[in-house]
Amino acid sequence: MEGACVDKLTQTTPCAGLLPLHIGALTVAEANVGPVASVTPFSSPPKAAFKNALGLPFPAPNQFTSNGDVRCIWVGQGEAFLIGVAPKPALGKHAAVVDQSDAWAFVTLSGAGGADALARLVPVDMRLSAFGVGATARTQLGHMNASITRIDEDSYLIAAFRSMAGTLVHDLRTALEAVAARG
Amino acid sequence: MRISETGLGAPVRFRFDGVEYTGRAGDTVASALLASGVRLMGRSFKYHRPRGPLSAGSEEPNALVTVGKGAGSEPNIRATVQEIYEGLEVRSQSAWPSLQFDVMAVNDLAAPFLGAGFYYKTFMWPKAFWEKLYEPIIRRAAGLGRLSGEHNPDTYDRAFAFCDLLVVGAGPSGLMAATVAAEAGLDVIMCDEDSHMGGRLLAEVDEIDGMAGAEWARAQAARLAKLPNVRLMTRTTVTGAYDGGVFGALERVTHHVPRSTAPLECFWRIAAKRTVLCAGAIERPIAFENNDRPGIMTAGAVRAYLNRWGVKPAKTVAVFGNNDNAHRTARDLHAAGVLVVALVDSRPDAEVGDVPYPVYLGAEVCNTVGRSGLTSIKIRKNGKITHLAAECLAISGGWNPTVHLTCHMNGRPAWREDIAAFVPTPDTVPNLEAAGACNGAFSTTACLVEGAAAATRVVEALGAKVGDVALPVAEDAPYRISPLWAVTGKGRAWLDFQNDVSVKDIKQAAVENFRSVEHMKRYTTQGMATDQGKNSNVGALAVLADSTGRGIPETGTTTFRPPYSPVAIAAMGGAAQGKGFAPERHTTSHKQSLEMSAPMIEAGLWYRPSYFPQTGESTWRQSCDREVGYVRKAVGVCDVSTLGKIDIQGPDAAKLLDLVYTNMFSTLKEGRVRYGLMLREDGYVMDDGTCARLGPQHYVMTTTTAAAGEVMRHLEFVTQALHPEWSVAFTSVTEQWAQFAVAGPKSRELVNGIVDAEIDNENWPFMACGEVDVLGVAGRLFRISFSGEHAYEVAVPARYGAALFSALVERAEAMQGGAYGMEALNVLRIEKGHITHAEIHGRVTAYDIGMERMISAKKDCIGKVLSQREGLVETTRERMVGLRPVGVVKQLSAGAHVFDVDADYVHANDKGYITSVCYSPEVGSMIALGFVKNGLDRIGERMIVRDHVRDLTVEVEVCSPIFVDGDGGRVRG
Repeated sequence: MEGACVDKLTQTTPCAGLLPLHIGALTVAEANVGPVASVTPFSSPPKAAFKNALGLPFPAPNQFTSNGDVRCIWVGQGEAFLIGVAPKPALGKHAAVVDQSDAWAFVTLSGAGGADALARLVPVDMRLSAFGVGATARTQLGHMNASITRIDEDSYLIAAFRSMAGTLVHDLRTALEAVAARG
Repeated sequence: MRISETGLGAPVRFRFDGVEYTGRAGDTVASALLASGVRLMGRSFKYHRPRGPLSAGSEEPNALVTVGKGAGSEPNIRATVQEIYEGLEVRSQSAWPSLQFDVMAVNDLAAPFLGAGFYYKTFMWPKAFWEKLYEPIIRRAAGLGRLSGEHNPDTYDRAFAFCDLLVVGAGPSGLMAATVAAEAGLDVIMCDEDSHMGGRLLAEVDEIDGMAGAEWARAQAARLAKLPNVRLMTRTTVTGAYDGGVFGALERVTHHVPRSTAPLECFWRIAAKRTVLCAGAIERPIAFENNDRPGIMTAGAVRAYLNRWGVKPAKTVAVFGNNDNAHRTARDLHAAGVLVVALVDSRPDAEVGDVPYPVYLGAEVCNTVGRSGLTSIKIRKNGKITHLAAECLAISGGWNPTVHLTCHMNGRPAWREDIAAFVPTPDTVPNLEAAGACNGAFSTTACLVEGAAAATRVVEALGAKVGDVALPVAEDAPYRISPLWAVTGKGRAWLDFQNDVSVKDIKQAAVENFRSVEHMKRYTTQGMATDQGKNSNVGALAVLADSTGRGIPETGTTTFRPPYSPVAIAAMGGAAQGKGFAPERHTTSHKQSLEMSAPMIEAGLWYRPSYFPQTGESTWRQSCDREVGYVRKAVGVCDVSTLGKIDIQGPDAAKLLDLVYTNMFSTLKEGRVRYGLMLREDGYVMDDGTCARLGPQHYVMTTTTAAAGEVMRHLEFVTQALHPEWSVAFTSVTEQWAQFAVAGPKSRELVNGIVDAEIDNENWPFMACGEVDVLGVAGRLFRISFSGEHAYEVAVPARYGAALFSALVERAEAMQGGAYGMEALNVLRIEKGHITHAEIHGRVTAYDIGMERMISAKKDCIGKVLSQREGLVETTRERMVGLRPVGVVKQLSAGAHVFDVDADYVHANDKGYITSVCYSPEVGSMIALGFVKNGLDRIGERMIVRDHVRDLTVEVEVCSPIFVDGDGGRVRG
């Protein structure tokens, strides 16, 4: 083709131009989590072979397993997201493995008072006492379907549909402002 | 007047009806105005009678005011709840031109014509006058307060909270309950509607543990505030009890300070494992002639103004009651140096003790004087009338436990004869227990004991251990009362102050046979105002019981529903307004579409470009016609990422497809796509789409944008409920892939310019699919067509979507084509008779759309059996056809109905309807798709399309729904 047309595609992140947010003591930032794959085991996978292929134990409901920056987060009945590493080809024998690296907007919410901010949006108790480090929930954030994981005592990893990234940032901003207004 | 000028809060200036007053920090509008000698604060709803505050709390029926001006003004705020702040502007309602002189008071003279149910008996003739004259006048005269009519600029918040124990009310019972539970380590939330914790203790002089009750409450609250497992929420009314231990609560966050951008209110949804209700009790008035004058207040309210805010209600005060509790008002007033002119007790045997003011036992107040403010009262004893000058009358008919929350889940309270009041019925709300005054225990000691006991039961039920909490020492006076609901007399004795309902109205309702309490309520409107009958329910019920010869328990009560006190809809909406109302879903081409000035339309939550205007175009039709031309003559590019895409894998994937689709999918080869139809269980069409086979056990199903969620749920139902034994897994990949239609005679040329493989008609025929490299990225290519032209869909991971759209549009424009939007997309598919949910709208079968042969005879599928019901395959059904205008009028409209020529355009002659219309550049006129009875047999016939709404009558010819490229050769080229 003529030199005028582009011949290689450039990338855009889901929250491009929208983050970070710093309001009060809280920060919302886009998280570059690396590859994301949904892993749905077929009926009764052989345990050892599956675990070897996955690289981590398959998480129980409302939990995640991890090894350094690699996490396997429960996201629903019989389904988990493998985050931070490309899935091994052998995994495809035991589970439906589907690339989701582009489908989600991942952000971190960190700082003091994160639970108060999420209380505006999430119908699940997000306080440390009820939602400790290692906990995850597949729930609603405002009107959106979301996955919320506590990765640290004052940090959450939040995932929402890529197409709703704008709404995710908008709703978090409103919640942070509501919390900051209480002083 | 104040008892003393010392020990008060800082001065605060505010305006009432334009006049400036100075109150003290901590005052409500009512207490500040009373302290300034202002008693007249409102006019009643129906008769516009002058009114002052009846109470000191949220049950206030009279002193309703509008706070603020302009867009942020808010009506029906209780002057007894609104705290004053510097610069507060408050206006009275329901009076014109002024509170002092209200012309609408003429209604009071018309009272004989405006009694219960008057609008069923008057204003009936002539009939036409009702809608045009009477109703508008009555509506303008009616209403409590006015909205500004402008957009509300205030911010509202909403939040969730969770706890082990929710304590509703922070009076003595609540404070004890919270303390016991907190000391045991439970996670406690305590809410109180007031600005300070303490409840009734803030209004009384009785001591607890040797200190003033208010001081004790302050100290308790301070201790609780320090505990990490306690959240104290003042200015928070628990408004409703709901399933699953969930309670609604409204927090008035910044009503007591000048407006700012901070949220005005926060609506909470609190999930509590257990709840103790300590909502206290509300004092009730007594009905007698002219019992509604400014200056007449409940006895407990007079004590609150006196003891809490240091306000003397007047120079001369009389007290009238039927219970011992009322005596305290006389006692406290006298101790504060106010002249008590009389203590009137209806009970001849009441024990008053030795008091230095006149006492009338076995007597009643039977009338009052003073239209814009009380000046004197009439006391009747043994038939003899005594006139007494008094500027304030404190009345007490007894106390009503605040049972409302216990009735929110269809429970009814129980009548207790000994206290002449309703109390909660246990277990009407699961895991909620009532304690204290709201449970009929009226002494302070009883409240403390019940609060502690209820909390102890909660602690034990939740498996924790009760700590050592001492029970404080407090007064324990018995509650002695003799019922007195209404004093006999000729004139109107008021029960419901808000809706101006009197004893006479209740009796009238009974005479007219509205004997059930539900009928009496609606017929008289008693209890239907914003106070929800808090001040009149029991009194009205007693009058009704009496009039119908029944006891109170038999007569029963109406029920209570949330909210306990009014909640602004804005608070329930919280931040879910404006942009926050619904999520916006943007495609990867969204930004560029906006840069190209495309107006957006909403497809569900998705935003999609309608058309891409170019300079020189002044109407959307010009753009649309041009874009249709791109696709029919060159090449068009359209973002189709919004269609649902479901990745299906596993050994039983093909079985799943064969069950949910009407046609065969297990025969689909790798690298091929097939169009499929899906039925609901009842045999009607659910959705249509394509399904591609990418590998031995790997499929990608597409759905329409509208039905993506529904189809996903359907697949979940099938695999979880119908065939849990199948080995199949699926997940949505709608968001993972950005997908673009590239359509038109030059589409192959464009596609070959961006993919690494060399595409021709042999290696990539119509309905082929597979993985390809797209400008350096691993993507997918599908040769499918919605437009009916030679076309492809190109998919790349969404991070490359924006860049790919840009590259595609640039290339298309270099080929005399370009981007096309939803308008053009719709024209193209209508020209080809392709259906969308405009046609498969839920009441249409495969037979109706001419696809009955797609239901395979060789296998079962969901919906197959019921689709074979006789009525669903009759030839007389409305079948899908095309329609073309053939007369003078060329305009067609969707939703119009189809009739035989010369038939009347009425329902009985209805032969069908139009579902989709567009202007077709190729046909040269508007065209339509629709459903016509016997349609396929009527091809070629003339019919009439009639649109009553738009007043269009159009002569049409019934034709094939395929207007362009009838044999479908273009897609295969």
